[in-house]
Amino acid sequence: MHQSMSETETCSINVNGQHRRVPAGTTVAGLVQEIGFDPARVAVERNLEIVPRSTLGEVQVEDGDDYEIVHFVGGG
Amino acid sequence: MNAPHNIDADSWTVAGRTFRSRLIVGTGKYKSLEQNAAAVAASGAEIVTVAVRRVNISDANAPMLTDFIDPRQVTYLPNTAGCFTAEDAIRTLRLAREAGGWSLVKLEVLAEAKTLYPDMIETVRATELLSKEGFEVMVYCTDDPIMARRCEDAGAVAVMPLGAPIGSGLGVQNPVTIRLIVEGAKVPVLVDAGVGTASDAAAAMELGCDGVLMNTAIAEAKDPILMARAMKAAVESGRLAYRAGRMAKRRYADPSSPLAGLI
Repeated sequence: MHQSMSETETCSINVNGQHRRVPAGTTVAGLVQEIGFDPARVAVERNLEIVPRSTLGEVQVEDGDDYEIVHFVGGG
Repeated sequence: MNAPHNIDADSWTVAGRTFRSRLIVGTGKYKSLEQNAAAVAASGAEIVTVAVRRVNISDANAPMLTDFIDPRQVTYLPNTAGCFTAEDAIRTLRLAREAGGWSLVKLEVLAEAKTLYPDMIETVRATELLSKEGFEVMVYCTDDPIMARRCEDAGAVAVMPLGAPIGSGLGVQNPVTIRLIVEGAKVPVLVDAGVGTASDAAAAMELGCDGVLMNTAIAEAKDPILMARAMKAAVESGRLAYRAGRMAKRRYADPSSPLAGLI
């Protein structure tokens, strides 16, 4: 029962200040790809802690998570 | 001094990395990434400053800086522009390190929007914390020799006093204090911010600085690519003049043609 529940569950999260829903079980790498970016070219902070790039494919998104996804842009 | 010496044998080293170009350029304010890349190429810079910002979720296909300026060819120096506390700066640089894997960073902790003057209390504190975390921190600071020394004591691998406020283009306002910083520092000194045109960059180099960092002077020139080339020449000229050792100043004329043999 619990298994079938989780398949349809979604997580409510914030990404760069915007609210978003993703299916439960989504990895952080999956989230980055879903919004259109290459996980190898961004850095991710989850609830104010860096998610090491080597673990982006393993760490799963949890309900209530707050993400900052950043990359390099022009600057002085 | 009759022995031949290699005019081009000149380089500087920061945190164990050696560079030939003494010009560091920013990558902000350009009309396009193409123009930005062309200006970087014209400047001959081996280091560019970059900012860390949120990806644009609503436009994932927007062109990216890394597609135009290859981080394998040019050293990216992540900055903390827009950070007003040590904590903001540290958070930004931790993300930068994760995004690019680089530990060489430019710290700037600003005090207020109006002047963009560095908050030196927070800057020194952040320098110390970042150095302990293994970052190699090039520090934007005031043109105050004591504050520059405080940064160095806190672990800065380079001190980068402002020539004038960021984006002002006023040129080096306090050549005396910049020179005092150069004489007192054991780490490289780069004038960061305030350069407006080529003569300003040359003047900074003539003070004995190891390099100059600029963005707006190139990006807001009518022809940024031409100005980038001008800045390359200016930094090289200023450096050569410093190495050559300028003549003493006199209050009165001294003829260049011999007085003997006058008809």
